[in-house]
Amino acid sequence: MATTLPLKKKDFVSDQDVRWCPGCGDYAILAAIQKTMPTLGIPKEKFMFVSGIGCSSRFPYYMNTYGFHTIHGRAPALATGIKSTNPELSVWLITGDGDGLSIGGNHLLHVLRRNLDITILLFNNRIYGLTKGQYSPTSEVGKITKSTPLGSIDAPVNPLRFALASEATFVARTYDTDVKHMGEIFALAAAHKGVSFIEILQNCVIFNDGAFQAQVDKKVRHDKLLYLEHGKPMTFGKGDTRGVKLRGLELETATWNEGDEVPGDVLVHDARAENSTLAYLLTQFEDPLPVGVFRQVDRPTYDEALNHQVQQAKSKKPADLAQLYRAGANTWTVK
Amino acid sequence: MSTQTPVEELDQVTVMFAGDSGDGMQLTGTQFTNTSAIIGNDVSTFPDFPAEIRAPAGTLPGVSGFQVHFGSVNIRTPGDAPDVLVAMNPAALKVNLSRLEDGATILVNEDAFTGPNLKKAGYDANPLDDGSLAAYRVVRIPLTTLNREALKDHELDSGAIDRCKNLFALGVMFWLYDRPLEPTLEWLAKKFAKKPILVEANSAALKQGYYYAETAEVFTTHYKVKPATHLPAGEYRQVNGNEALCLGLVTASHKAGVELFYGSYPITPASDVLHHLSAMKHFGVRTFQAEDEIAAVCGAIGAAYAGAIAVTGTSGPGVALKAEAIGLAVMTELPLIVINVQRAGPSTGMPTKTEQADLLQAMYGRNGECPVGILAPATPADCFEIGREAVRLALTHMVPVFVLSDGYLANGAEPWKLPDPDAFPATPVTFAEAGEGEFEGYRHDPETLRRPWARPGTPGLEHRIGGLEKWDVTGHISYDPENHHHMTALRAAKIERMQVPDAVVDGDQQGDLLVVSWGSTFGAVTSAVEEFRKGGAGTVGHVHLRYLNPFPKNLGEVLGRFKTVLVPELNMGQLCMLLRARYLVDAVSFPKVKGRPFQVTELVTRFRQAVKG
Repeated sequence: MATTLPLKKKDFVSDQDVRWCPGCGDYAILAAIQKTMPTLGIPKEKFMFVSGIGCSSRFPYYMNTYGFHTIHGRAPALATGIKSTNPELSVWLITGDGDGLSIGGNHLLHVLRRNLDITILLFNNRIYGLTKGQYSPTSEVGKITKSTPLGSIDAPVNPLRFALASEATFVARTYDTDVKHMGEIFALAAAHKGVSFIEILQNCVIFNDGAFQAQVDKKVRHDKLLYLEHGKPMTFGKGDTRGVKLRGLELETATWNEGDEVPGDVLVHDARAENSTLAYLLTQFEDPLPVGVFRQVDRPTYDEALNHQVQQAKSKKPADLAQLYRAGANTWTVK
Repeated sequence: MSTQTPVEELDQVTVMFAGDSGDGMQLTGTQFTNTSAIIGNDVSTFPDFPAEIRAPAGTLPGVSGFQVHFGSVNIRTPGDAPDVLVAMNPAALKVNLSRLEDGATILVNEDAFTGPNLKKAGYDANPLDDGSLAAYRVVRIPLTTLNREALKDHELDSGAIDRCKNLFALGVMFWLYDRPLEPTLEWLAKKFAKKPILVEANSAALKQGYYYAETAEVFTTHYKVKPATHLPAGEYRQVNGNEALCLGLVTASHKAGVELFYGSYPITPASDVLHHLSAMKHFGVRTFQAEDEIAAVCGAIGAAYAGAIAVTGTSGPGVALKAEAIGLAVMTELPLIVINVQRAGPSTGMPTKTEQADLLQAMYGRNGECPVGILAPATPADCFEIGREAVRLALTHMVPVFVLSDGYLANGAEPWKLPDPDAFPATPVTFAEAGEGEFEGYRHDPETLRRPWARPGTPGLEHRIGGLEKWDVTGHISYDPENHHHMTALRAAKIERMQVPDAVVDGDQQGDLLVVSWGSTFGAVTSAVEEFRKGGAGTVGHVHLRYLNPFPKNLGEVLGRFKTVLVPELNMGQLCMLLRARYLVDAVSFPKVKGRPFQVTELVTRFRQAVKG
């Protein structure tokens, strides 16, 4: 019953009713994934979705692929066991700001530094949804929620800076109101050999509605988002009349007249630079807010290195139990 | 061999080597044991060392000991009280003196009994001179001086020369018990193959120790311990529990044709399992040194889902951290082996000391109704059988299975008759294949209640699982009340349906006293029952449990045949509580939590009390 290519979006839709709140950004992300999957040239049975706990982590139930809805924060560790055992799988890890950066922060760090060849989608809505509205590790200081009636007092973590500091080899950001952009980023991530980390700005319509409205609203996007493309100048604004340049160790914007040439000091994006400084600077930039691929570099993957060691060991020594029982031991005979 | 000194024959002897943790006592003890085994004695060992890598030299916490019990008779324990204590310094004497019986021999390095060392050990006066050791036979040997003299022509600095003195002491002991030097000489040649200078110096120290004992007449007698006659014919090696467990697991994996994944985070006394398995990659073993205990078990569960024989190993504190994930494996009905090499708790407790206090943790230490299989090896070599058995049961029923080893089994060693791998049956394993219609991930086998094991990547078996309650058969999410009750009962029934051998009573089959033991206390309890029955003071039987969940089917009936049921265990009465609750029997606990195994004598004394009533 092997699946026949080409696949269609509907091949990836499971028979389960989707149970997110009406208007939740998760619907658009699910649609973008289901639309992207058939374009990747991977047989359906090779896809594996792994998640932790939270609204986003219900995701695997809605995909007609292999799926494992695990426990809070631990999906990266399960994915490590799955991908190490079967490196042929295309493993997608679905997590959120609470699951990935609070309870699962340690595992996220380690799966990134190990460069396990999987794709991680972190749905960032800057709030706890499933537990009904407490602040999250990405909530802004002063956030008033049920657990912080006087405002939250702890500083948020920036998911992309976390990923860069953890030596992730592919770091990107996209947002839930742009199925096309999401699809492009997902496809780039799928093609990347190594760990891909994608922050998806996602709207929680119930507990944190409009968290990213000021950037992702269709009316303001062209001025408020900076679309990063490797090798292309960092321009934005209507008619591409604005750009980003470097002053000292900071980024700043520049403006020019429509029709003029792009000024020479406008930065050209280099996602492939070994040095992660530019990517790091971009994560600190908020107006316009960069989206797209911040960084993409090549490094050996964990699953490949692990399996290589096993194959090497097998080629050097036969799997002989009788020999194993004697290995490294003094033996003697009782007559 | 000297012919002047009289030779006495003994059937068993216990020797304790003790010194600073840097003195090489583990190595010395291991060499003595290996040689004893090679000449045909039965042996059992008990390494006892501090958690600190190098506690300050000469202090009490820095003492490292290695006890070996060897004989021509069946040796089941490392021995209650040493017949000979080799004390390399005052601290080693002080720590171990209370364990000696009157008349025991104490061999000391008298060079170490000087001002600063005595002070560090808390002695006001030199115990060698103040008469406090009058009850013992004290043999004073200036080991440091003699060793320096013996090695004065070797091109080594004084520190390196002094580090050879344990070999000098070993040479003395080899003469005392009439053991050959060759096995150790061969071992030294291999161990230091790249440093011939060390081979020569250590070999010289060993020989000089032997010749010194032979010629200096420091002992009035020396001893012979004949080869044991009860050991079945065959090829043997020494094995400790951690090694044996790894060999058992890999055997089961190889016999299943399914590769093994081991997720672990280093922890005493389980780390050696990770070390051993890491060296077995040629059997397709994948080891994952995770970022923490939780990641270690989660990695294993991921591997189990992907179709590997998945194992995670740790000690009690690690099991506490893994609890939630083990629940996930129960809910998703995946095969998983959880090794707990128990140590003294709670919390960090005493990491290098043994205890059996995690039985109830294995049984009940998770949220919800969360049953797992529980096995406990009886001896170091039995860890091999239990490793294989754990894999069989986990695969047969698609459940997690605990292996409750402990520090005593993990590090203790005994002779192991090498099995014939061809004689083992294939480990039963079946992976799901695509059929007609939608794949039903939770359709259970009517007998074993196992659900199909579907490897991701297989066309047509795409399905979703997770920690939420599942509908029976389909595996879809369910909050249905009747279904939850049904599934809870089904998960329990999986464990109850495990085929485990009946309990066998050793000794009297009915009567006054039944002693019920489990895990690593097997040797001591067996010896104690045997000892007690020689006295003939009552009818005593012994049941040793290797299966704790489920219990053997006939256990209730067996318990009912005796007037008194006594349960000695290295905890405050955990098995005893389970037996009382399960079988409504008035079982009596004999608890001990001192970080040490039971002694045969204390058990025999307790049996006497129990029989008197």
